[in-house]
Amino acid sequence: MSTTIIYLAYLIAASLFILGIKGMTKPRTAVRGNQLSALGMFIAVVVTLFDKNILSYEWIIAGILVGSVIGGIMAVKIQVTAMPQMVALLNGFGGGASLFIALANFIDPESATHTVALVSIAATVLIGGVTLSGSFIAFGKLQELISGNPIRVPGNKVINAVLLVAALVLGGMLVAEPYNLTNVYILVAVALALGIFLVVPIGGADMPVVIALLNSYSGIAAATTGFITGNTVLIVSGSLVGASGIILTQIMCKAMNRSLFNVLFGVMAEGGETVDADEVYAGKVKSSSPEEVAMLLETAERVVIVPGYGLAMAQAQHAVRDLASILEGRGTDVKYAIHPVAGRMPGHMNVLLAEAEVPYEQLVEMDEINPQFEQTDVAIVIGANDVTNPMAREDKGSPIYGMPILNVDKARTVVVVKRSLSPGFAGLPNPLFAMDNSLMLFGDGKKAIVELTQNLKEAD
Amino acid sequence: MESISLLLLLTLFVVAVFLGVELITKVPPTLHTPLMSGSNAISGISLVGALLAAGSGAGWWVNLLGFIAVVLATINVVGGYLVTNRMLAMFKRK
Repeated sequence: MSTTIIYLAYLIAASLFILGIKGMTKPRTAVRGNQLSALGMFIAVVVTLFDKNILSYEWIIAGILVGSVIGGIMAVKIQVTAMPQMVALLNGFGGGASLFIALANFIDPESATHTVALVSIAATVLIGGVTLSGSFIAFGKLQELISGNPIRVPGNKVINAVLLVAALVLGGMLVAEPYNLTNVYILVAVALALGIFLVVPIGGADMPVVIALLNSYSGIAAATTGFITGNTVLIVSGSLVGASGIILTQIMCKAMNRSLFNVLFGVMAEGGETVDADEVYAGKVKSSSPEEVAMLLETAERVVIVPGYGLAMAQAQHAVRDLASILEGRGTDVKYAIHPVAGRMPGHMNVLLAEAEVPYEQLVEMDEINPQFEQTDVAIVIGANDVTNPMAREDKGSPIYGMPILNVDKARTVVVVKRSLSPGFAGLPNPLFAMDNSLMLFGDGKKAIVELTQNLKEAD
Repeated sequence: MESISLLLLLTLFVVAVFLGVELITKVPPTLHTPLMSGSNAISGISLVGALLAAGSGAGWWVNLLGFIAVVLATINVVGGYLVTNRMLAMFKRK
């Protein structure tokens, strides 16, 4: 097939990707958008198979078979609660694919001939390597194979700076001496190490930022791969994905009131005096029972449910949906308040609740729901902590001061479903638990909600 | 590579970034997770580069590296589109 036809087909594929992302701007058109995007991919792959530079198909067929089986099984088997892990793995594979393409092109003496190709290879190896190892560390943290807490490495910033400088120097040497394979192997090792050291110090609650950033890197790596051989569809698609990841990263940082630098280097704002948990809670925390909360809900007109990562941990999304159905059946207005960084990745809570068949119209964003809490009879907080902490709004000395929060404390009654009074990711006590209008419902999230629903049913 | 074609590719890159920014800012937060898995699938477009390496006549090592890249990129394409479709179907139904 002639190069002209192949590149025209790439143009069609790129257009379909753009239309596909455009479809994602509305829930109603999103399924179709995803299908258009997949059609674009199909066209790009099929025309490439007719490229005259492809001489044999054994490796290709084997690779596509193995990849399809693994990808298909992952997509079907993965639980919705584990979606952050899935996306972390896909980010890593994307970066890895670009890394191996760059290596193949570097070894091929016909391919790595001019400076642009060599610079692109160096950039792809660096970004692809960082994405690959960083994503696997992120996966390990999300899957709890390694501690989700920030792991402090002494001199982490210095190590990162040294690795980055080493990578740039090696990249330069690679361009200067294209026939020296040693440089590229060391560059791979340095890039992989950099990815590990970048993600290891980052804690669980900052994962939405990391996942979004690695998503962006995997796109940028695909784009730099495109520059190696001048492949237009790679450049366009890679930059679309790169832009997407960067925007999500910005949204997540803004929702935590932290700069990207602070997240990446595990810096929390300087806390003034440490707040003593016993002092905040002493004698003021009221423990409640499912019976008591059910009685409150019986007379409530407006209920807002505030989900957090604990909801995913307890797999309580279906139980919550059942509770909401009973309430709605009684004529109670039920909404869900979604904080942008609730969960472990952008949109995590939305997907979880969608799985439990909660209509997306009931999911209300932070800015829209906050003025409504004053008219809310009961706010039920399930597995969310820091995003409801009033210190972020009121205590100027607090490390989380300035972070936008859900103003659940303004509701007439707040019910907090939680295992214990243990602090959230920020390590701070939450004065919300000790407020006059707060009731604690201690226990496993799912069990507590099921008991609550039962009591409410019996009341009828 | 001639400098004019490099400039054209750079132009393409920059314009695509701007287009991406314009499009993505319009995606509602409720679809952010499917957006990420969907864009994972799109970044699986590196499969195109992987195919060329895996099928080239440049020797066993190039083919092997290409094969690994084909596997990884195919996982992204197949896994990414399927899981995105699965999630979006949940949003669609009432």
